[in-house]
Amino acid sequence: MSTPQLYTILVYSENIAGILNQITAVFTRRQVNIESLNVSASSTPGVHKYTITCFCTLEMVKMLKAQIEKRIDVLQARYFTDEDIFILESSLLKISTPAMLDNPEVCQIVRHHGGRIVEVNPTYSAVEKTGRTEEILSLYEDLNRLGVVRQFARSGRICITRGTREQLDDYLAEREREHSAGAQE
Amino acid sequence: MTGAESLMRSLELEGVKTLFGYPGGAIIPVYDALYDHHDTLNHILVRHEQGAVHAAQGFARVSGEVGVAIVTSGPGATNTVTGVADAMIDSTPLVVICGQTGAAQLGTDAFQEVDVVGMTQPISKWNYQIRRAEDVAWAVSRAFYIARSGRPGPVVLDFARNAQVGEVDFEPARVDFIRSYVPAPKPDAEAVAEAARLINNAVKPLVLVGQGVELAGAQQELRELLEKAQIPAGCTLLGLSALPTGHPLNKGMLGMHGNLGPNVMTNQCDVLIAIGMRFDDRVTGNLKTYARQAKVIHFDIDPSEFNKLVHADCKVLGDCRETLRALLPLIKPNTHQSWVDGFAPYAEQEYNKVIRGAIHPEGGPLLMGEVVRAVSEATQHQAVLVTDVGQNQMFAARYFQFSQPRSIVTSGGCGTMGFGLPAAIGATFGAPGRTVCLFVGDGGLQMTLQELGTIMEQQAPVKIILLNNNYLGNVRQWQTMFWNHRYSFTPMMNPDYELIAKAYGIPARTAVERPDLAAAIDEMLGTDGPFLLQCAVREEDDVLPMTPPGANVDEMLLEIQ
Repeated sequence: MSTPQLYTILVYSENIAGILNQITAVFTRRQVNIESLNVSASSTPGVHKYTITCFCTLEMVKMLKAQIEKRIDVLQARYFTDEDIFILESSLLKISTPAMLDNPEVCQIVRHHGGRIVEVNPTYSAVEKTGRTEEILSLYEDLNRLGVVRQFARSGRICITRGTREQLDDYLAEREREHSAGAQE
Repeated sequence: MTGAESLMRSLELEGVKTLFGYPGGAIIPVYDALYDHHDTLNHILVRHEQGAVHAAQGFARVSGEVGVAIVTSGPGATNTVTGVADAMIDSTPLVVICGQTGAAQLGTDAFQEVDVVGMTQPISKWNYQIRRAEDVAWAVSRAFYIARSGRPGPVVLDFARNAQVGEVDFEPARVDFIRSYVPAPKPDAEAVAEAARLINNAVKPLVLVGQGVELAGAQQELRELLEKAQIPAGCTLLGLSALPTGHPLNKGMLGMHGNLGPNVMTNQCDVLIAIGMRFDDRVTGNLKTYARQAKVIHFDIDPSEFNKLVHADCKVLGDCRETLRALLPLIKPNTHQSWVDGFAPYAEQEYNKVIRGAIHPEGGPLLMGEVVRAVSEATQHQAVLVTDVGQNQMFAARYFQFSQPRSIVTSGGCGTMGFGLPAAIGATFGAPGRTVCLFVGDGGLQMTLQELGTIMEQQAPVKIILLNNNYLGNVRQWQTMFWNHRYSFTPMMNPDYELIAKAYGIPARTAVERPDLAAAIDEMLGTDGPFLLQCAVREEDDVLPMTPPGANVDEMLLEIQ
């Protein structure tokens, strides 16, 4: 059994109601916690994309992939480690404006971490930070140490793969070929 | 026409001739349409919706066709849930059609509304809510395609009332392709070649035969493989009739109450060839010690079965009829003489310690094993065996013998007590020319006893062999073996079953004494139509041998200390 690590699972499905429930049920049954989840339309029309992260072993992530793909309306499920993908997460922090003005360190930290102040009003300011999980958490922890964070929100991960082939497109093309070949038989 | 009429046409197009069901408020439009299709659609009115699904399962298991059940919304639908789960784990093709409240009322806690799609999602192969009459043809065709293709399974259609009464110009649909679903991947020549190489080099190969062989119709290909290379085989509970019991290479049943030889040899073989089976815990026992010495070849149509429980050194994905056909020319004839001969001492040991006493007892009350074997012999091993769950099931599986494929109907993965009686009804419709023998205990019979009404009305020729021991015997056996004889709620007071049968007009007889058994079986088999044969069997009998739960597969108990 390999040691658990963070995997990102990309799932593509038909755009039919209820698939998310079917996918998450696979994690529930195998007692794997979903660390983050992002769902949106993909670049292929009519296909939805799910980006799911979880900590588990290689054996488990293979099992999750197989059991997710078993659902009828799921087109493809693949898993990646962080080396295989470009990753982005975004976050918003709500900071007390008076506290920020009192303490110059706040702005230094925001700049140091590459955050952007996107809103300032007399009561609060909003800071936006995109990046990898640990970068976002690092900004949050540094600011939180100063006691100025009023709210903190983080999105799920989105990512694109580093591979040169678009495997979903290949899969769909292959299926269409098989279908038209079958129709001619 | 209406959506309900559209359903009738769609069912006819799918070749459906028999359906099992129970009407109710939210499905009345469908039953109204059914009224005009008496000539083509034979609807069997059951007495409880659970009975409808189990009957459809029994029908599907013996016929290979899709079983169909129609029920109403709410409790009608929830009563099917056990059967749907059972069909899922046992890969039985079903289409269950439930009524549902109108789309406008969905989600408002309307009368007899339940979230059927949400509820059956994890236990069905696919489900779908039909909310518009124009979707009926497509959804029904897709449902049958999914249920019967690939690894079969249950599909649930949740049919909103407005879609049943809505008007539509019916256009037949024929779904035979779903881009996100590959039912039976084409055999991979490299995997097949690797399997052949491992098998050809094996000194001590062992084949595990699962229900996948029956589902694929690969019984002949299996026999050719076994005979060509002289490979001994063990069968799972659901795979028992995929290979005739009397075949010299059939070394018996695998698993907890299976035969000693194939279980012990699982941990001695050098190549383990699993065909259409899923390494259930009742087959493997302790996984940590299971077949660790062997290279494992796994033939399966479902990629999610590979490495799920047992690591496969060679994975052969696909329909096993196709993959076995591709494999056969690559297999070199062999004899494996000493390996095959090595099973005999185990068979002899098991016969002397367990089997002889179970089927030819010298005295005492009737035993379940002897009743099973006597019925099997009286039917020349040609009958369909249906079982309930528990000791009756294990004794039936051990001592009934099979000469034809698709001859065992039993609840394997789910272990559903109450399955037997309705499943046997379904089997009489699915295999109308064959004798259907049901072995059932006094516990399980009472779980779906109401289906005697269906038997009465249909004169369904189920030969019911009630193995009555006044106990929930299997749990009682575990209480004896592992719970210090504390018989917590396993002794059971029973009614007069002959009187019950009489109330339903079903001929019945009770066998108590050994000399009466043969005549009672003759009367049962000689009677046209249904019959209840109650056998007063030994109260505290134990199914042996046994691999205790979690023990190693080769550590079978032949007796209870």
